[in-house]
Amino acid sequence: MSNLKTQASEEQMAYAKVLNIGMWLGLAVMIVTFLIYISGLLPSFVPIDDLPKYWTMRVHDFNVALHAPTGWGWAPLVGKGDYLNFVGIAMLSGLTILCYAVILPILFKKKDTAYAIIAIAEILVLSLAASGLLKVGGH
Amino acid sequence: MPHRYSKVMIMMLLVAVALVTATASFAAHDAAPAAAAVSATTETGHGDAHAAAAIPSAVPQSTAPWWVWPVALFIVTFILGILAVLGGVGGGVLFVPIVGGFFPFNIDFVRGAGLLVALAGALAAGPGLLKRNLASIRLAMPVALIASAAAIVGAMIGLALSAAVINTLLGATILFIVVIMATARKSDFPVVPKPDALSQSLGIMGIYREESLGKDVEWTVHKTPQALFMFIVIGIMAGMFGLGAGWANVPVLNLMMGAPLKISVATSKFLLSITDTSAAWVYLNQGAVLPMIVIPSLVGIMLGSMIGVKILAKSKPKAIKWMVIGLLLFAGLRSLLKGLGIWK
Repeated sequence: MSNLKTQASEEQMAYAKVLNIGMWLGLAVMIVTFLIYISGLLPSFVPIDDLPKYWTMRVHDFNVALHAPTGWGWAPLVGKGDYLNFVGIAMLSGLTILCYAVILPILFKKKDTAYAIIAIAEILVLSLAASGLLKVGGH
Repeated sequence: MPHRYSKVMIMMLLVAVALVTATASFAAHDAAPAAAAVSATTETGHGDAHAAAAIPSAVPQSTAPWWVWPVALFIVTFILGILAVLGGVGGGVLFVPIVGGFFPFNIDFVRGAGLLVALAGALAAGPGLLKRNLASIRLAMPVALIASAAAIVGAMIGLALSAAVINTLLGATILFIVVIMATARKSDFPVVPKPDALSQSLGIMGIYREESLGKDVEWTVHKTPQALFMFIVIGIMAGMFGLGAGWANVPVLNLMMGAPLKISVATSKFLLSITDTSAAWVYLNQGAVLPMIVIPSLVGIMLGSMIGVKILAKSKPKAIKWMVIGLLLFAGLRSLLKGLGIWK
């Protein structure tokens, strides 16, 4: 293993760079949108005062009672204070997909086919999870 | 800070957790009869308040003002953040049983928040660990693919099961984690007699600077196929219970695969950012994410972790580890008994 170096590989550094920027950006958005939410600057889908009546429910019952959106149904509702928070949450949740997309060209350039395939498969798995296509049955 | 002061401080933190959670639990339960009479005629944004009144909730409701809960959540998660760092565990494994057991939120929303808490912690730690070459992307990527796919399955199973079953299984899992934490040994530099064929073909190996020894340490791994199988189980459990899975990742990477302890801990933390992402999306898409629970928890645990890192240098890790084990034991029993209907 004499050719190994203690420095991180090119793809590892690229991943870390995107992760660092995205993480801070996502956290900042989450905090700002939460302050907007609790300040009442925007109307909420579920009025904050009523929230304690609903957060005791199973999520399926919560959705039925409030006709709350599932999947990406929250996206058209970002004008509501509570769903505005989903922007930052989605940014953090989507960051890993972006990081994998960034290292993919580096893996191809290095002809690291096995890891390029793994990266593509991971992007597909995470994209499937993010797509909202996976439905969970009631209980 | 002398040891005796750090001990006193940690004891005070534990008492504070107990007090806040007990108060939260008492407030939630004491309010149940009053909550049953609460009229649901309030107009909601798009919701159907009458339907809300007709649907039974799995958890007693509270009549306390809404702001009490995020404030209590912030205080508890801030303390949990400190304890998590001192006890060497992820925030999620403490968050889900404690908040699920003592706060009025349904376990679905607690698990969604738990995943995002663990995810945020992993994302925050990731860049530094990757740049210092302690987290290995070559070790993490194959494992993450298996674990993240399994976490989706786990999340879907978890959201489909009844709250009682989830609480029972969660309690049993937490008690299992207690046993692992109390008994598992760790190896700083495990011996890997011969790397397996899969790890060799994938080039899973590395070298890092071990500052404590002042030298570079080369590492390889073995038993990769067996470890990949273990990560199916770990992924399912992470998704099902909303737990970060560092408690399971580290023993598999370190004891089974033979990665050095530092590489195992760092890669495990990075791995959580991928595994929890897939499960978090399932919870998010099902609507099991409430910002009012997520954001105070996330900020609380991150601030607590920062303070925890500062205390860590001046505290006795062994004593704290046993305190965290005690806290987990209590939370696990609470969850188990709640699921079995013995301690509601």
